[in-house]
Amino acid sequence: MNELSMEKKVNKEQEDDWEPKMIAFLCNWCSYAGADLAGVSRIQYPPNIRIVRVPCSGRINPFFIVKSLIDGWDGVVVSGCHPGDCHYISGNLVARRRFAILNDLLIFFGIEPERINFMWVSAAEGERFAKLIKTATERVKKIGPNKKFNKKW
Amino acid sequence: MEDLQNQNQKITDKIREISTQLLEEKEVDLIIGYSDGTFPLSNLPVFIREVDEVEKLIWNNLCYVNLASYLTSNISRFIRKEESEENLKIGLVAKGCVARTIIQLSLENQIDLNDIILIGINCNGIINRKRIEKEIGEREITNLSVKGGDIIVEGKDFEEEFPFDEYLMELCKVCKIKAPPQLPELSENIRGDSQDISDLHLNFDDIKEFEEKSPEERWEYINDLLQSCTRCYACREVCPFCYCNLCFVDQNMPQWFGKTAEIPDIISFHLIRALHLAGRCVGCGSCSSVCPVGIDLSLINRKIEEIVKERFNFVSGADLTTILPMNTHDMDDNQNFMLEEEG
Repeated sequence: MNELSMEKKVNKEQEDDWEPKMIAFLCNWCSYAGADLAGVSRIQYPPNIRIVRVPCSGRINPFFIVKSLIDGWDGVVVSGCHPGDCHYISGNLVARRRFAILNDLLIFFGIEPERINFMWVSAAEGERFAKLIKTATERVKKIGPNKKFNKKW
Repeated sequence: MEDLQNQNQKITDKIREISTQLLEEKEVDLIIGYSDGTFPLSNLPVFIREVDEVEKLIWNNLCYVNLASYLTSNISRFIRKEESEENLKIGLVAKGCVARTIIQLSLENQIDLNDIILIGINCNGIINRKRIEKEIGEREITNLSVKGGDIIVEGKDFEEEFPFDEYLMELCKVCKIKAPPQLPELSENIRGDSQDISDLHLNFDDIKEFEEKSPEERWEYINDLLQSCTRCYACREVCPFCYCNLCFVDQNMPQWFGKTAEIPDIISFHLIRALHLAGRCVGCGSCSSVCPVGIDLSLINRKIEEIVKERFNFVSGADLTTILPMNTHDMDDNQNFMLEEEG
């Protein structure tokens, strides 16, 4: 039993104040800096996300998202630069096509669309980052823990 | 409707005629086609190099194998006798979906169209043998034939009739491209039948019913559909587009999924399989016909066809000029799934 599932068990015992655990893939050039700005500006946002820094949203393989769900994360946040602002010119545009298909397929399979949150945040948008994370956390909170990907052992 | 037996006989005659011609004029070195199988309900692919073997070629409604699989790099070494046969000219018996596979593979730079000649046939549908087997149960089938509009299944001491239209493969019921599509770039490669696809009206009504269900019902349905999957990966092996040297399911650094037969692992395999086929799957139905536990993947395959059509307006295997949707990008792509600030 890994650390994550241990914490989940504890969470189950106190279901009233259940807090989702979300993994956030942030692109190095925009969203990560945006999160940093939110931090240094002392803007309050929910502490539910755990950040993974990636070079570009184009680096985010759909595997990452699916594997996060299998590993028991309640929500996934994926964030990159606004279209046209990518540090690598078109990384986020290529990623957007992938995410579009993944998003449609997940919905088709009956997984709640609220669990996967795609967003664009630039390095200057600390406030927007805080707001969107708040929205995302509320969305995941509303649908509850990630039970569909629970393994029996 | 014309008698199915006559149709099949006509197609068979045509294949033999064109093949003889191609081999006699030395236009091709090798013909890949279908021949009678050793079991009822199965047909074998056959490789023909001499004119007098042409009689082996047949066509009937059980020719489900996608012959284009034999052309991709991993497998094609089996059909070459020696290294020197690098530029083997191949003639291929091509129904609509096989021709579409060839077009798609050539777009992906996997095969050279100059080496290939398509013997175009107007496919009249493939029987869903898994469903017939299910209906017959444990009784032994000795022969399957078509007559008029019916399928006749004979066994030791029984004979049953099934309506042909009802017992077609799900993908054949909605198939719009029955013969090799007419494309200007392909005109020199096609012998025999071809189809004008300039006004192709695709509709996806067959999956509408499923899509209207609630998320919970859909999850339940997908669970029911896939729970018997043993992850033997037969669907991957048979797929002409799964030619990666190292498939994601075989990777172990990092390992993307557990190796168990638990629902999360099964579903994520099928999810990513579908994702990898987006914009590529031509709906030949090989994956469903080879599944040892009889899972019909046509629902998922149709969905990826629909997503790509709706989002990127691309139909796989019907176009030799467009860049593949997953290889390119567009500033104006629909991004309705992105989270935005409220108000």
